[in-house]
Amino acid sequence: MSDDVKNNSNLRTNFRTVMLRPDLGAIVGVILVFLFFFLVARDTGMFSLEGSMNWGIVSSQFIIIAVGACLLMIAGEFDLSVGSMIGFAGIVIAVTSVVWGWPVWLSIISAFAISMAIGALIGYITISTNLPSFIVSLAFLYILRGLTIFIAIISTKKTIIGGVTEVAQDDWLAPIFGGEIFTGVFQWLAEQGMIQTFIAGTKAGQPVVSGIPMMMVWALGLIVFAHFLLTKTRFGNWIYASGGDAQAAKHIGVPVNRVKILMFVFTAFCATVFATTQVIEFGSASADRGVLKEFEAIISVVIGGALLTGGYGSVIGAALGAVIFGVVQQGLFFIGVESSLFRVFLGVLLLLAVILNTHVRKLITGAK
Amino acid sequence: MSSSPLMELKDIHKSFGNVDALKGVSISINAGECHCLLGDNGAGKSTFIKIMSGVHQPTKGKININGKEIEINNPREAIDVGIATVYQDLALIPLMSVSRNFWLGRELTKKVGPVTLMDFEKCDSILMSEMDKIGIKLRDPSQSIGTLSGGERQTVAIARAVFFGAKILILDEPTSALGVYQTSNVLKTIERVREKGVAVVFISHNVSHALAVGDKFTVLSRGETLGTAKAGEIDFQELQLLMSGNKELSELKK
Repeated sequence: MSDDVKNNSNLRTNFRTVMLRPDLGAIVGVILVFLFFFLVARDTGMFSLEGSMNWGIVSSQFIIIAVGACLLMIAGEFDLSVGSMIGFAGIVIAVTSVVWGWPVWLSIISAFAISMAIGALIGYITISTNLPSFIVSLAFLYILRGLTIFIAIISTKKTIIGGVTEVAQDDWLAPIFGGEIFTGVFQWLAEQGMIQTFIAGTKAGQPVVSGIPMMMVWALGLIVFAHFLLTKTRFGNWIYASGGDAQAAKHIGVPVNRVKILMFVFTAFCATVFATTQVIEFGSASADRGVLKEFEAIISVVIGGALLTGGYGSVIGAALGAVIFGVVQQGLFFIGVESSLFRVFLGVLLLLAVILNTHVRKLITGAK
Repeated sequence: MSSSPLMELKDIHKSFGNVDALKGVSISINAGECHCLLGDNGAGKSTFIKIMSGVHQPTKGKININGKEIEINNPREAIDVGIATVYQDLALIPLMSVSRNFWLGRELTKKVGPVTLMDFEKCDSILMSEMDKIGIKLRDPSQSIGTLSGGERQTVAIARAVFFGAKILILDEPTSALGVYQTSNVLKTIERVREKGVAVVFISHNVSHALAVGDKFTVLSRGETLGTAKAGEIDFQELQLLMSGNKELSELKK
């Protein structure tokens, strides 16, 4: 009898633990999305190797910026300047390498240094003025976008700067952002007939997918790093605490300001990774690149189960949120649905996620 | 009980601009003793404990610890000399697990290769045994603080302060927001802590809660001490009257 009661309560505890996972919604969402597209888009080639690579790359792009936004949101802050930062970092790389003739590696390192310094500045202003970070970073959304266009116009009279591919030819750092890995493996698989090859054109005989793009490697690397940092280290404990209750955390000796500023820096780092991979891949930088990316990052994080109020969330959840994003966006393309409906879908999904998260929060804090 | 007091505060004054919040408050605190600081709202209780915990510095007055005069310039310095404060609401972070809360700021770590990780195994096992000692049954160390009752949260916060070496424990209205059952649990915890030789400073405006655990009672009124009494020397009625400022009235009646 008492054993029965115990088992029952264990079962309830386990059920509760599962229900309170921040990333539960995103896990269910990913399953549903894959199920849906598998049923309706199986014949379109969406789940062939080539098709998977298509939505995989788009998802990776969302993941890279979502990971940064995720840690920052758990630390209790927002950064609305991510999209502008992407445009800004790209133009910095293109102007310094193509127009000024710097070696590409130096351009990339400079872009990282400048972006991260601006991230620190946004964090510093937020902390020292006590203003909400969405206002401070909204200011930087405009400041950075304006500066980006200004720099592009005064240095080239254009808003798109090309020619990066040529100057990056023999650079040692550029392939880390724009190259592919395991190309040998894919070549071999193609020779064995396991991957289709191009039949005609200049690429005839080469596999349709020639390797894993670095974009995906970065996405995976950032997920692992951020998840590890958040859940396994003492610094991760401080991230949760800074967002959960900054005052209480300060009181107990957690360096809340340092944690928050570092998270702004990390968000800027992620934005610059995104910018660099795009510049190297396309061989050009455009001053309008990254528009609305900040919201896409935040939506991924919210779908991933993080609370807008901070202190609670999951990197894995945010990554899954980004995958939902990528799969749906590309999936609608595969099944030929008008792409504008994607935004309708996003809006609805965001609303559902926020309502669910609010409910979960009540469960955790025991509020009625 | 040792003869020399653990902490002495003598003739403490504190002014904020033109407002004199404290006008000469003196108390002495002994190890293993629960000293209740009573007073109505606005009597200067919270200003006084903020001076003890280093948040404010006195305008005038002396603070001695173990007979040595010291200055407490910030909360960190207070913690360093063994003064820990458990505030009513500011103690714990509801969204975080009990274990993460307990170890926050003092996380145990281990080296795995080149990286330093939190040692969750050790953190959790010490936490569970500490919680067991103070009579809190946890389902598991990763359950969030939010799932605990108000009394349990206070108890966890007290246990944490004592575990990390508090010699003087200041409790700011620990029972004011609690029901009867939870209050008795918190009072039991205070008793346990006192038996360990920790000095407890218990701030309250509830006389019956104070009488249940207090060894000494100091009543504050309008920034001044109305005197200190030992347990047994004073009863509920008298304390209540002192607090409400009806001292003269009660004397007239006699």
